[in-house]
Amino acid sequence: MQHSITIKAGGSEKDYWKDLWRNKQLLWILSKRDISVRYKQTLLGVAWSVLRPIMTMTVMVFVFSYVAKLKGDPGVPYPLMVLSGITIWTFFANTFSQISNSILINSNLVSKVYFPRLLMPLSSVAVGLVDFLITLGIFIVFTIFFNHPLSWNIIYLPAFLLLTFIASMGFGLFFAVLNVRFRDIGQLIPFIVQVGFYVCPIAYSSSLAKGTWYEKFYNLNPMVGIIDGFRWCLLGDKAYFNPDSIYSTAIISVIILIFSLIYFRKKENTFVDHI
Amino acid sequence: MSVITAENISKKYIIDHKHKAGGPSTFRDVVSDSIGKIFSRKPGHSEYTEKEEFWALKDVNFTIDQGDRIGIVGHNGAGKSTLLKILSRITEPSTGQIKIDGRVASLLEVGTGFHPELTGRENIYLNGAILGMNKSEIKQSFDAIVDFAGVEKFLDTPVKRYSSGMYVRLGFAIAAHLNPEILIVDEVLAVGDTEFQKKCLGKMRDVSESGRTLLFVSHNLTAIQALCNKSFYFEKGQLIDQGETTHIVTNYLSKVSHKRMERHWDDIDQAPGNDQVRIKSFRLLAEYQDNLVHIDVRTPMNFQFEFWNMEEGANLNLSMHLYTFTGECIFNVGTESQQFGKGLVTGVCEIPGHFLNDGSYVVSMMIVKDTSTVVYNMEEALVFDIEDYRENVTWYGKWPGYIRPKLNFSIRQTEHLVND
Repeated sequence: MQHSITIKAGGSEKDYWKDLWRNKQLLWILSKRDISVRYKQTLLGVAWSVLRPIMTMTVMVFVFSYVAKLKGDPGVPYPLMVLSGITIWTFFANTFSQISNSILINSNLVSKVYFPRLLMPLSSVAVGLVDFLITLGIFIVFTIFFNHPLSWNIIYLPAFLLLTFIASMGFGLFFAVLNVRFRDIGQLIPFIVQVGFYVCPIAYSSSLAKGTWYEKFYNLNPMVGIIDGFRWCLLGDKAYFNPDSIYSTAIISVIILIFSLIYFRKKENTFVDHI
Repeated sequence: MSVITAENISKKYIIDHKHKAGGPSTFRDVVSDSIGKIFSRKPGHSEYTEKEEFWALKDVNFTIDQGDRIGIVGHNGAGKSTLLKILSRITEPSTGQIKIDGRVASLLEVGTGFHPELTGRENIYLNGAILGMNKSEIKQSFDAIVDFAGVEKFLDTPVKRYSSGMYVRLGFAIAAHLNPEILIVDEVLAVGDTEFQKKCLGKMRDVSESGRTLLFVSHNLTAIQALCNKSFYFEKGQLIDQGETTHIVTNYLSKVSHKRMERHWDDIDQAPGNDQVRIKSFRLLAEYQDNLVHIDVRTPMNFQFEFWNMEEGANLNLSMHLYTFTGECIFNVGTESQQFGKGLVTGVCEIPGHFLNDGSYVVSMMIVKDTSTVVYNMEEALVFDIEDYRENVTWYGKWPGYIRPKLNFSIRQTEHLVND
């Protein structure tokens, strides 16, 4: 028979990745489940995912530009700077928290059926992606409102999305494993997201960190390069972006992802013992 | 040809006595424990007393050939479910290895992954994919699944509005249309109505008759005997016996029941009782059928009670209560009251075969003076199990009722319709 497996202790299977590929339909179905469940349960349905970012964005723009009177990079409307930062940060933050909780949320599956556990964090990205596309659409409406046309740099957007995905998987998988083992890690995640909001250049430009003593450390955060790059894609060359930072961003994100993947693979066969 | 070969399978769990056993711990606990350890005078000492190893499975070896239908029996906590979890790759063994040839589908729960908000249709695709079917396979058997479950009218209703019966039927219908080479089933008969159980068993028989391999865990021994040609008997994580199902089931029944069928006290001063009476013995004597060593619903029994009467000329009678294991009284019978001299008194109660239903029973015995005063009451004097036995029946659900008398109950044709 062609379908033959060996189960043993710590036996990370040789054809794990083949198995993952074989289950791509399940990945698709789980993603579809998450999306349809998300929009079925709420009264306002899809409208909700439009309203929420609009409200957040309006509040942020009002607070940072009219109350706090912060200034952005020259030649870029400050509200658009904040909005683009929020757009990509929300994508990262949502995917990161969903990945971190993916194993626990699906604990009924973990304890009753086998499939490569990596499918759960992967499928939880889908909802974040749909939300992101909606927010991006709203952002484009705002650019028309502020009379600042989109830049051609937008063709590089997929690359930055991919980087965001890698970074959120890298951080998320690590916390997903911890979350199974220690339940109170779950409470830490919203806090991390909140701190991240201020650590990352969302309401301000990362050009402010240029030349300071902490610049080196600041740039170690892969989200700094990603947010700057994302802004540069949408708002054009006037938005501050140091192209060299893309290398360090990519390298750091990939290293974190590899480390998390190894950790996840090592622990995934015993998730059920802790659930 | 062997399809499953297991070598030295063991599964260890660490039971943490300080926290909930097996439950999730919190990061806070770990941090505070390790801080505690830094400041504690005896580093690490307390940890060893709190953590205990528990072997859910220990050195299990077996091979299963293609087309075998294996029943797995054993008490709760014997390691049956752990074994199924390892075979279905939900958890990994601590030691040892298993080689499996063939596509495995495991049904440890009916309707795994059903989402209450999604419709029946959506859940068929979701659950099918979770169980390992691909889209075209699901599409192919979609109508058959709907038909088997009988939910045509509710296909586009969210399953949260389904009755529990519909929910279970839909779940099983999907699983029943899997086409694995090896099917693993855990106690799904415990849910659902009799109609559903019949369907389940019929489907499992189809699977086994088509030459596929079946592993079946159930507490329903009748079903195991009907479906499985071989059986494994687990006790305390070890595979202690395997072979022909009839042999294993008999062995299991004679070993595991928590029965107390004979008790006696030789020393009158140690015996339970008081100044007036002292208990000597309780005994259950069964007339076993077919050379069996367990009691089933056919077996006639004698309850024998002996006690010492210490008071000359006391007017005594015995009163016996029979309870189900859950405490409902099934009946109370008493003897005539009679005058006894000092010495040994024996009472015998005959319980005919074909009277009690299968289940666990508890007998209590009262010694009554002057038909009104309880001199002594021995609670749980005897505890015994009655196993199920059926002939010429193709239904394996739990037989209802406390008693199961064999009454003269017959049918005959009383009139023929005349065809013109």
